[in-house]
Amino acid sequence: MFVLLSLSFFYRGSVVGQDDLLSLLGEEEETVDYAFASFKANRVINLHSVENTSAGVLDIKISHRFGMINSGFYELFGLDAASIRIGGDYGITDNLTVGVGRSSFQKTYDGFLKYRLLRQSSGAKVMPVTLAILSSLAVETTRWPNPARENYFSSRLFYTHQLIIGRKFSEALSLQLSPTLVHRNLVETEQEAHDVFSLGAAGRIKLTKRMALNAEYIYVFPDQLAPGFRNSLSIGLDIETGGHVFQLHFSNSTSMIEKGFITETTGDWGGGGVHFGFNVSRVFTIRRPDIKE
Amino acid sequence: MKTIIISGILLLLGSITSVEAQKYFTREAQVSFFSDTPMEEIEAHNGTSTCVVDFEDQRMEFAVLIKAFQFEKALMQEHFNENYMESHKFPKATFKGKIINPTELSAKKGKQDVEVQGTLTIHGVDQEVTAPGTIEFTKENVMVSSVFTVAVSDYDIDIPGVVRDNIAKEVEITVDATLEPLK
Repeated sequence: MFVLLSLSFFYRGSVVGQDDLLSLLGEEEETVDYAFASFKANRVINLHSVENTSAGVLDIKISHRFGMINSGFYELFGLDAASIRIGGDYGITDNLTVGVGRSSFQKTYDGFLKYRLLRQSSGAKVMPVTLAILSSLAVETTRWPNPARENYFSSRLFYTHQLIIGRKFSEALSLQLSPTLVHRNLVETEQEAHDVFSLGAAGRIKLTKRMALNAEYIYVFPDQLAPGFRNSLSIGLDIETGGHVFQLHFSNSTSMIEKGFITETTGDWGGGGVHFGFNVSRVFTIRRPDIKE
Repeated sequence: MKTIIISGILLLLGSITSVEAQKYFTREAQVSFFSDTPMEEIEAHNGTSTCVVDFEDQRMEFAVLIKAFQFEKALMQEHFNENYMESHKFPKATFKGKIINPTELSAKKGKQDVEVQGTLTIHGVDQEVTAPGTIEFTKENVMVSSVFTVAVSDYDIDIPGVVRDNIAKEVEITVDATLEPLK
């Protein structure tokens, strides 16, 4: 009987002595773990990154490219000249972003829609990559060089369609590929293609919690552009401070929109044909999300 | 002899049922925090925390998934996870402790003031804490609530100079949970 009694106490003791109360609940349901912050901003430098603007958030961007460094001391190595794009991106939903902008270069207005089709995740749902599709329209509004001839509005339109496939490999490393089609309604010579196919590649290495090194290169498939045009290469540093992201970079492209930096880049890195520039992004929460209490 | 065996068995059974009836749990505990400075008010809510209380020995445990905190500002939520709490490295905050005051809770008294002591683990750092709270037994459930503050600097959370005026040095944490019996 002592055995029994002591057994009963032992049993009781063993329950009470259980180390971890939470483990009594058993295995937790696995949650879907989405990758986030693959890039600090929704642009790598010129290229759109895989990131979308969150729902209800307005992201005001002021982007600047100074003149080319090889313009010499008289131009203070490019600092006397500036090309600017002012724009705003808004997250309609977490997966759909709309944006507009206006560039001083070629007095161009642009607008885009960006939709995230797949989102990288682990846990209950495994998805190795994030996939987004971008469509943009650009309208040049400089005065017609030859007003005497018949000019059409459609001649000023440029369309871009791009897939963005990206993966955050680790906290430090994110990479993406951007196959792109730029359609130009009017080109200068017959040898130039209306439809220009290219492949962009971009990556970032996170240096510290608030700084990241970015690079992007866009390879334009041969025999589509007139001689003298080059592939765009940009290298930059992202610095994040609370609600701002400062992106400082060097790029051989003057334009900051797809049709420009993909098909109209003339700068030559080897000869110092490079712009110093920056993007400043500031976010404002316009529509507050519903928080489940 | 027989009676003793029977009473032994009864004691065994009795001990099991009484222990079981005294454990309560929830997976939907509300945990929110509030940071108030002249520059900015920040708050975040999390309604998916786990809590288990064993009234037999008055032990209490919480597990809070850091990624489940929801902020009004999306970027703030991203920075909270990426820069401050490093939720990829430290996915959960936990509390393991005991109701130290009163030493014997009464299941009949209605709302009772309690004091809880234990180890709070945030951002991978363990700190001994004592917090006030209330416990109320209802017909089927147990309501647990508490409001206490933690100092951000106690948990090795690095706040850079530019946002130092925007984030409070002491953050107020509110816990509200309705527990049901654990069977």
